[in-house]
Amino acid sequence: MKTLIPLVAVLAGATGFGIWYQRTRGEFRKKKTVNGPKLTAAIVGTELGSRATMVQFSSAFCTPCRATKALLEDMVKTIPDVHYAHIDAESNLELVRKLDIRSTPTTLFLNSAGVEVGRAMGTPKRAQVHAAVAAIH
Amino acid sequence: MSVSIDARGPRWSAVITTVVLATALVTSSFWVITFQAVVFAIGALRGPQFTPYAVIFKKLIKPRLKSVATSEDVRPPQFAQAVGLVFALIAVIASATGAGGVFTVAVGFALAAAFLNAAFNFCLGCEMYLLILRVRTAK
Repeated sequence: MKTLIPLVAVLAGATGFGIWYQRTRGEFRKKKTVNGPKLTAAIVGTELGSRATMVQFSSAFCTPCRATKALLEDMVKTIPDVHYAHIDAESNLELVRKLDIRSTPTTLFLNSAGVEVGRAMGTPKRAQVHAAVAAIH
Repeated sequence: MSVSIDARGPRWSAVITTVVLATALVTSSFWVITFQAVVFAIGALRGPQFTPYAVIFKKLIKPRLKSVATSEDVRPPQFAQAVGLVFALIAVIASATGAGGVFTVAVGFALAAAFLNAAFNFCLGCEMYLLILRVRTAK
């Protein structure tokens, strides 16, 4: 019998990471200072909402991207002053770099001026999106 | 439009992969990691629905499941199989050349990814693909 130490170390480390991962996916993280680049309708491909816009970045190798798209598309139907835009990360790498998108799905929440006020990585829950959007005036 | 498969298949395959990689890590067996490398190669090249683990899922596990089948795009799990293959190949070479430290690290990473997928529904393609693209296309 060889040593069990590497196995125990890997499983313990992965469990810690997994708990953190599950807890933080979908969580809305507010930016401390809203000073990012101004995004326009031409950049995101959709008219900006009069109050807020949710911009989702997706990629082909991403299962939760589809669920996120379905949720956000459904939610903006009942919130007229919030719009939704969907961007394929792979074909917009320059924008991905500029906005420092690291994983998919990442959803940016823009204010009426088109500046990011916060973002969520992973699929958010309906209540998390409601709370994030409600905080944008 | 790409192929869709039963989303529970890759998750159950990740459970079996976790057990096999844990065995490889503990025994340092060349043959166990080579077997897993072949499974990853089938998953990466032909598709995750064609691996022996997927056959076990279809024949033994699926008929016993009561949950509703949800489908998913085949590309995310196929990407994960390709990442697994890279680590497994490094481990096979390390095992053949007696590089025990490299073997432990490579199998450790593959095991961590498979375990995270099985236990926490971790999406490797979501977290790694964009970063790989960004590094590869960096000026």
